[in-house]
Amino acid sequence: MQHGKYRFIVGFLALPLGLYALFVVWPFIQSIYYSFTDWTGLSPEFKMVGLDNYRRMLDDEIFWKSLQHSLIFALVLPLVTISLALFFSFMINVGGRKRRGGPVVTGVRGSSFYKIVYFFPQVLSIAIVALLFAFAYNPDSGAINSILRGIGLGSVQPLWLGDPSLALWAVMAVLVWSTVGFFVVLFSAGMASIPADLYEAALLDGAGRASTFFRITLPLLWDTVQSGWVYMGILALGAESFAVVQIMTTGPGGPDYSTTVMVLYVYQKAFRDGQAAYATTIGVALLVVTLAFAALVMRLGRRERLEY
Amino acid sequence: MKTTDTPAPVPAESGTPVAKTDTRGGPARKEKKEGGVLNVFSHGMLILWAFMVVMPLLWAVMTSFKDDSSIFNSPWALPDKLHFDNWSRAWTDANMSDYFLNTILVVAGSLIGTLVLGSMAAYVLARFDFPGNRFIYFLFIGGMSFPIMLALVPLFYVVNNMGLLNTIHGLILVYIAYSLPFTVFFLTAFFRTLPTSVAEAAFVDGASHSRTFFQIMLPMAKPGLISVGIFNFLGQWNQYMLPTVLNTDPDKRVLTQGLVQLAASQGYKGDWSGLFAGLVMAMIPVLVAYIIFQRQVVAGLTAGALK
Repeated sequence: MQHGKYRFIVGFLALPLGLYALFVVWPFIQSIYYSFTDWTGLSPEFKMVGLDNYRRMLDDEIFWKSLQHSLIFALVLPLVTISLALFFSFMINVGGRKRRGGPVVTGVRGSSFYKIVYFFPQVLSIAIVALLFAFAYNPDSGAINSILRGIGLGSVQPLWLGDPSLALWAVMAVLVWSTVGFFVVLFSAGMASIPADLYEAALLDGAGRASTFFRITLPLLWDTVQSGWVYMGILALGAESFAVVQIMTTGPGGPDYSTTVMVLYVYQKAFRDGQAAYATTIGVALLVVTLAFAALVMRLGRRERLEY
Repeated sequence: MKTTDTPAPVPAESGTPVAKTDTRGGPARKEKKEGGVLNVFSHGMLILWAFMVVMPLLWAVMTSFKDDSSIFNSPWALPDKLHFDNWSRAWTDANMSDYFLNTILVVAGSLIGTLVLGSMAAYVLARFDFPGNRFIYFLFIGGMSFPIMLALVPLFYVVNNMGLLNTIHGLILVYIAYSLPFTVFFLTAFFRTLPTSVAEAAFVDGASHSRTFFQIMLPMAKPGLISVGIFNFLGQWNQYMLPTVLNTDPDKRVLTQGLVQLAASQGYKGDWSGLFAGLVMAMIPVLVAYIIFQRQVVAGLTAGALK
């Protein structure tokens, strides 16, 4: 297999690698370089300013707000989403009652229906989901307040996205809504590979659902949960949170920057305010936060690997 | 994180999980201890979540058939009659047809490009030993975890300098570049699982490397290409951030962008019903595709998270 091997390798790699280097790697390296300049993005001229952008960032109140919100996103979203998804997928796959002659471990009735329906939001664009919920949250004519009125809670009519203390949570709820189904399916796939005799043994020993979950399912699923956690965190720090915050909250970024997140702030600085260099500086901070988050989850989540 | 040698896709199909071991029905009695309360609660939660997923979608469909005043006055009331004119207005006046066309062009181009280029790179990386192989592989894989927004600022100027800003083909090239990390990762693992003997035999028979690839390896890799293709289709169809930054020409907008712009400009002249019709229109293709290709979609997407 040696004949013409290198020519072939080069020929096959040139185009994909070239595209990737040009549009992904090169901009990525450039952005770190630009963070040490005073480039506006509007004119080609710039000069090196050392750490000025980083100093400015540390004094920037809005940067700190965006960092704080991004951290809330990265911590609360995976926690809520993954807990819900674990509960649902346990019920769907293991929580069912034994039916005569059926398998020992089974999901509740209608489990495949739930799995299909829960996954719906995942295939919709996050931009479309965000738009839909922006309407649903509308205080006067939106679906949510209208339901509240309908069930006799007419006095409770939150402003939702217009209320600085609620807006961030309202936005996060949308991301939970759109991602739970994905994790239900992911965890279901993981649970399907747990051997049934483990459950059988637990049942014989009289274990209830809760202890079955905490003693068997969760430990054996731990790897999947952990990578799901990192995945969700990266998502919550990146593109998905950009879309929901930019589309749903006024400003965008909410009243008094109450919902701004780092990724949105990068966008605004670069493409609205003409401060490209400063934007890349915040981008570098976002990179650091993302890597730190992933490292932290991997480290805290480290456990002895269970073989089965 | 799973390591790279996880054999490609197929997170086990889980319709009836763990159904292998059947029993003689011994341990059933113990379950009675579990109170009915817990059961009611659990089922209640499952049903409640199903409602919470379906209701907003139904609400959107319903609203898309109503006139503006009833949208505002009674959000949950059924439409007095079906206002199909909302749909036709959205399709023509609100340019939904153009957005659809743009999206189809961009996604078709980038999907084909991603699969061809991704499988070429993955094949070489999986099957050939050469200096720099590992380095290139990890260079690709690294792209999966860094925040895209960081690269977007200089990317804008790279694309601009090449004269590709606000063009369909420019968008296609960028989509391909950003889809490569996962595609290469996934397909490299897949090509490693394919038997080498067939390719070797073909080569001995005088087929060139590229002929071996296109006529033998690629057809063999079909299941992998389908999984990763669906994953990329959904990702590229739903893409919002890249077009928002790189594509500001109103005539070139893709679906997601076009809808957001419409909503921002007060649902083109306050036409909320038309906007809802547009929203629903944009949801239909992916929901239909999902229902038809349910298994592959799930396999493709869950494989995506196990990176």
